[in-house]
Amino acid sequence: MQNRRPVAYLGWTLALGAVLFYALIPVLWLVSLSFKSPATVTDKKFIPSDTTFDNYTTLFEGGLDSPLLRPLINSLSIALIATVIAVTLASFTAYAIARLDFPGKTLILAGALAIAMFPPISVVGPLFDMWRALGLYDTWLGLIIPYLTFALPLAIYTLVAFFREIPWELEQAAQVDGATPWQAFRKVILPLATPGVFTAAILVFIFAWNDFLFAITLTSSDSARTVPAALAFFTGESQFTAPTGNIAAAAVLVTIPIIIFVLIFQRRIVAGLTAGAVKG
Amino acid sequence: MADIKLHDITKRYADGTEAVKHMNLEIQDGEFMILVGPSGCGKSTALRMIAGLEDISEGELLIGDKVVNNLAPRDRDIAMVFQNYALYPHMTVRENMGFALKLAKVDKAQIDQKVQDAARILDLTEHLDRKPANLSGGQRQRVAMGRAIVRDPQAFLMDEPLSNLDAKLRVQTRTEVARLQKRLSTTMVYVTHDQTEAMTLGDRVAVMRSGVLQQVDTPRVLYNDPVNIFVAGFIGSPAMNFFTGTISDGKLKLPFAQIPPPEGLPRSGDVIVGIRPEDFEDARFAPANHPAGVEFEAPVEVLESMGSEIYVYFTFQGGEVSSDELAELARDSGVAETPSGGAGLAVARLNPESEIAQGDRARLWFDAAKLHLFDPNDGSSLKRGRQDQQAAAKATAEAVDAEQEKDPPARAAAGPDDTGTAPE
Repeated sequence: MQNRRPVAYLGWTLALGAVLFYALIPVLWLVSLSFKSPATVTDKKFIPSDTTFDNYTTLFEGGLDSPLLRPLINSLSIALIATVIAVTLASFTAYAIARLDFPGKTLILAGALAIAMFPPISVVGPLFDMWRALGLYDTWLGLIIPYLTFALPLAIYTLVAFFREIPWELEQAAQVDGATPWQAFRKVILPLATPGVFTAAILVFIFAWNDFLFAITLTSSDSARTVPAALAFFTGESQFTAPTGNIAAAAVLVTIPIIIFVLIFQRRIVAGLTAGAVKG
Repeated sequence: MADIKLHDITKRYADGTEAVKHMNLEIQDGEFMILVGPSGCGKSTALRMIAGLEDISEGELLIGDKVVNNLAPRDRDIAMVFQNYALYPHMTVRENMGFALKLAKVDKAQIDQKVQDAARILDLTEHLDRKPANLSGGQRQRVAMGRAIVRDPQAFLMDEPLSNLDAKLRVQTRTEVARLQKRLSTTMVYVTHDQTEAMTLGDRVAVMRSGVLQQVDTPRVLYNDPVNIFVAGFIGSPAMNFFTGTISDGKLKLPFAQIPPPEGLPRSGDVIVGIRPEDFEDARFAPANHPAGVEFEAPVEVLESMGSEIYVYFTFQGGEVSSDELAELARDSGVAETPSGGAGLAVARLNPESEIAQGDRARLWFDAAKLHLFDPNDGSSLKRGRQDQQAAAKATAEAVDAEQEKDPPARAAAGPDDTGTAPE
């Protein structure tokens, strides 16, 4: 056994390294591309021969009319608003589902699951027409609503699992201690479900942030276009240069908020917050 | 502080099963009332109905002369200690204990004062800023108690608060609970399945079985005058021995002896005879000139020496008692599967100086004046019938004078087995 341990360790390291390499190479290549000038973009070298920040600076030239700033604001706002609404609604729903026995409970869960599995492509067509008729086309709300549709089931499922883990006695103890149901929920249950709430929030945020299909279909201008959609409209410096460098730079930039978001909240997503509640 | 009255309380679930059936119980102001019974007897449900955590299907619940059937738990002004403590894991000990006061909008300084006081009583002062996860089992248990006592409620409700502690700590904490209740003299309702806890703690004990209240009385009366075979078998450790006796020709025939039948019994027929282990003795140490003493011989199968006393298990042929009540008690204590080898086994507590050895045919003695007699059909006490008025009068007198009541019989009943969950 003594001999096998380092071998196993080495094996794991190699395997993990291979997976990481496989997963990260495209990202690194993207980073590399974002630092290349239009002339060297196709030189197939990993290390840029002439490092330039032009690809980044041009994205923000012209303030609000710049290619990226406005979409970035749209993306952040839409994703954050959708996240807040989805997580708030989902906590109430999930709490009710986890705690109460009411008719139609399984129906709600099954319905939520069905919606989550529904292919978005099949609804964008009708949505396009409806949104134009309702005046929601090319607005923030026009994107927030479909995001909520698909994010809510996700959040509800995540949160139901977390709420179910919280011992019911805690809530009863709070009630006996004089808490109203709302106080018991807010002061006892919700703090304990924090890891779940943050998990759900991250999932919803990433979903909304990454969406391309709704963004490209339901927007037509910078007033609501999000970054993934905006990337498709990038143009080169002249009609003969491909905007590869700019797209790469923008792609790197949109990845950063996600990484920050996950890094901040992953600390909160620690299991075992309920440890010590009951005898264990 | 207040009294609690249960009038004809029934708990019926949606599927029609009844967890508590027509329960009538009056708990006096400042009384320490124990609800005890094997698992599934409805004791916890009854407690949760008092707390307001379960709906009451039928009947009336009064706390301090006010009907509280439809009041939410928070409006009943009661504090509860849960079996698993249910401490709020995201709060420190201080916050846990002050939570109820904070909700009641008591001002900060006063909360702090009350929490400090409670912490001092419970020896938690140095742990006030720790989270429950960093406390030992006993400390968590004390925090749960602290959370209840800072509030100064009308009544404490305790749902098996000691069952998660190890045996030694349980005995220690048991004493603390008793002291605490005496000190605060707040009405307390305490649920346990442990008859030792029930006997040692309670001013009065309510024994339940399958949702039905069997007997409510002081530990001494429960021990000396059980109303039926269930209470008799449940209270006391080791449990009472039961034999089938036949009355004929003016004699009560037991498997190992024949004695003149006690007064008030029918002329003939079967009775169930109960003898507590301590009413046996080694014939050598039998009290001299005891008119009701009877000697007999029996084979000793197992001998357990506890130092302060000796337990002798002797076998007898014929006259074993089979009843639903005893079967339930056996199931609850997990001895149902023990093979009896075709013969009955009875346990006797003997003087530690007894020289009886395992395998001997020992000469034993029992006190025929202390027989418990039960109806073989419904398990009710026959002795009780004669003494009903007497006992009732005595019970009230004893309930009033709880102090004098408590100690000696309770200790004796507790027997050697302090963890003693079950009759053997």
